[in-house]
Amino acid sequence: MQDDAPPPATHDLGGAPRFRCTPVEPDDAAPPDAFGKRVDALRQLLARKGLMSVDELRRGVEAIPEAEYHALGYYERWLRSISGIMVEKGVVPAEALKP
Amino acid sequence: MAAPPGPESIALLERFVAALKAQGVVTEEEIAEQIARTDRASPEIGARMVARAWTDPAYRELLLRDGSAAAEQMGVSMAGAPPLGVLEDTDTLHHLVVCTLCSCYPRMVLGYPPHWYKSAAYRARAVRDPRGVLAEWGTVLPDGMELRVVDSTADYRWMVLPQRPAGTEGWDETRLASLVTRDALVGVTLPMVAERAAA
Repeated sequence: MQDDAPPPATHDLGGAPRFRCTPVEPDDAAPPDAFGKRVDALRQLLARKGLMSVDELRRGVEAIPEAEYHALGYYERWLRSISGIMVEKGVVPAEALKP
Repeated sequence: MAAPPGPESIALLERFVAALKAQGVVTEEEIAEQIARTDRASPEIGARMVARAWTDPAYRELLLRDGSAAAEQMGVSMAGAPPLGVLEDTDTLHHLVVCTLCSCYPRMVLGYPPHWYKSAAYRARAVRDPRGVLAEWGTVLPDGMELRVVDSTADYRWMVLPQRPAGTEGWDETRLASLVTRDALVGVTLPMVAERAAA
């Protein structure tokens, strides 16, 4: 990498040295919990209805600030992204998502 | 193990689903159907494709030329899914699949990606220290075997066609498919005969 190259974005983890000594935990089961399955299903449904694309999901995930990115679980990031995009597009009102 | 979602996330999901329902965008039935549909995809599909490729040269040729068409031939609907590419392992070349940017995975033929595939450690290290990553699965490649790491993307998904293990002469497709695990289809393990026979 050139010295003047910008640092990689948060999600761009290929070769990232900070994880050089972090073991991969190989024995984890694949199916997500009920929360994850529900978020996953919503993303697919919204895509099938033409309301969002995978690229939009990615943009939303990649916009999450670094500290939050690593603190949130995988499907928690998805939920942040998907719900934010649906507000942006006016599909659901922003007030409806506020506590 | 993946950490459970935080209470704020659980509450946000409830509010989000309620808002989508209120706007008439989704129904509870649609969500349940979608979950059921996703649950049906599993690595057994990919394993059957590999076992057929091991026994049927015409299918092998199709699998390597057009993975999506080969999946469709096994009864999998690839509509709306990104194209599937299949990487052929040989005596001198082994493949490992990663998605460094996120978690792109051939879900139609392998099901949900496992947690480790989505982890920062796997994404970071698969391209920097792939042999070290393989060693965590106990996989050691023979001396001199080239290791090629392939990055899956939002627009193209990859699966490995491992080599048929020795000692499986005369096996039928079902028995061969039982050797092919999810991890072998990603490339972190190799299909093993002895291990399975002992299990």
